[in-house]
Amino acid sequence: MILNVKNLSMKFDNKVVFKDLNFDLKKGSMTALLGPNGTGKTTLINILMKLMPPTSGSFKFSDNVKLGYVPQFRNIDAEYPLSIKAFVGLNAPLIKTSKVKQHIDHELEETNLLEIQNTRMGEASGGQKQRAYLAQALLDEPNMIILDEATASLDPVAKEELMKLIKHLNREHGMTVLFVTHDVPLAKKYMDEYLYLNHQTIEQGKMSDFKGDYE
Amino acid sequence: MFQYEFMRYAFLASTFIAITCGVVGVYVVARSFSFLAHTLSEIGFAGAAFAVFIGVAPLWGMLLFTLLGSISVGELSIHSDQKESAISAISALFIGLGVLFLAISNSNSRYATNILFGSIIGVDRDGVIQLVILSIIVLLMIFIVQRQLNFDSFDHIGAVAHGIKTGFIGVVFLVALAMSVSIGAQIVGSLLVFILLTLPSSTARYLGRTIPSMIAWSVGIALFGVWLGLYLGFITNWPVTFFISLIEVVIYLAAYFTHVIRHKL
Repeated sequence: MILNVKNLSMKFDNKVVFKDLNFDLKKGSMTALLGPNGTGKTTLINILMKLMPPTSGSFKFSDNVKLGYVPQFRNIDAEYPLSIKAFVGLNAPLIKTSKVKQHIDHELEETNLLEIQNTRMGEASGGQKQRAYLAQALLDEPNMIILDEATASLDPVAKEELMKLIKHLNREHGMTVLFVTHDVPLAKKYMDEYLYLNHQTIEQGKMSDFKGDYE
Repeated sequence: MFQYEFMRYAFLASTFIAITCGVVGVYVVARSFSFLAHTLSEIGFAGAAFAVFIGVAPLWGMLLFTLLGSISVGELSIHSDQKESAISAISALFIGLGVLFLAISNSNSRYATNILFGSIIGVDRDGVIQLVILSIIVLLMIFIVQRQLNFDSFDHIGAVAHGIKTGFIGVVFLVALAMSVSIGAQIVGSLLVFILLTLPSSTARYLGRTIPSMIAWSVGIALFGVWLGLYLGFITNWPVTFFISLIEVVIYLAAYFTHVIRHKL
């Protein structure tokens, strides 16, 4: 078990976002967190990332977990000046020793960005940006990664490319993946399990059995 | 021209100020704080006028007011929905206060001109030492938090996601910015200090693709502007501030249009 969630509830003022969520994630699993917009998927992730406290309940990651997190939105406009390599390196020590440089190069290679590392982030495509966000998170050498709507604004080719990369990280490095999305066909193709957040509760099961229709 | 003591002091002081503003400016632009820098310079004007009123050196009044101003305006700009209106209101209030302090202190209009438009040629030995020490303090502050400041300024959401204490970094930066405004105002004056804080670094965004390269470009362009400005001021007897503004604007426009043309082709 890499994550155990017990009776987790969240309220904003008087509005209940969700209540008494209970679920576990297995080490090395690929789980899609599904649900319509506004059901609290990002809120749940923010709680798990300790960016906000829950109203009640608790959760526990296993002791050896190293979390990587790719948030949903970034402030990268067309004029953003840093190169892909410099952007990824924001998450590295200031003094770039040869070991640090090697590590950055390795993650750029893993995410297929090595050849375009000097392209400015502002000029990179949506798919390239998402892979750069992922590479930046991978610098922490996580064994579990949470991606929030990483494919939302991507074209079909870029989506497939990113999902294959995530699958690769799971297979080759045993990385546990929690992938927030509302793209059910994509989740069915690449994820093994699902968590379905709707009507303030959560449901867990095998992705192939998912019947939710977002009603 | 270095045979004159006042020119030697002017060069030394402006060199440190250009380095400081060049470095801090990269983060001012990255954090979209140009408007805040402009407001702080107006708050600095009120502080300088207040210092004249109570009879101390303008630099100390500026430091006091910009430090208080940067924290309160910084908080406003983070929390208020109408931050531009709120900041405009504050800057209007402070310009008014500055005018009041100058009027009731019976100082002559030359003093006001010096505060508003700079008076680098009038910097004495003690003034140079103060500016150099303050510049070094600002640069040290930036250096100590640079990793977190880089992450927060260039990828705020990523920094939050990685557990960087962005609130603390924000306050450290506002203090550094307030000090930069106060010392930068000594050369170009409080009305135009934002030139040194925003134009070289805005130009650097077109030229550099890494933070160290942007800092190098920004400092280089700021230094070129103040050095050439001082030289031209010396030989023509026209205001140094005019030349510095002109040089920085010309370099910025050249970089901007080159960028636009390159992207159209």
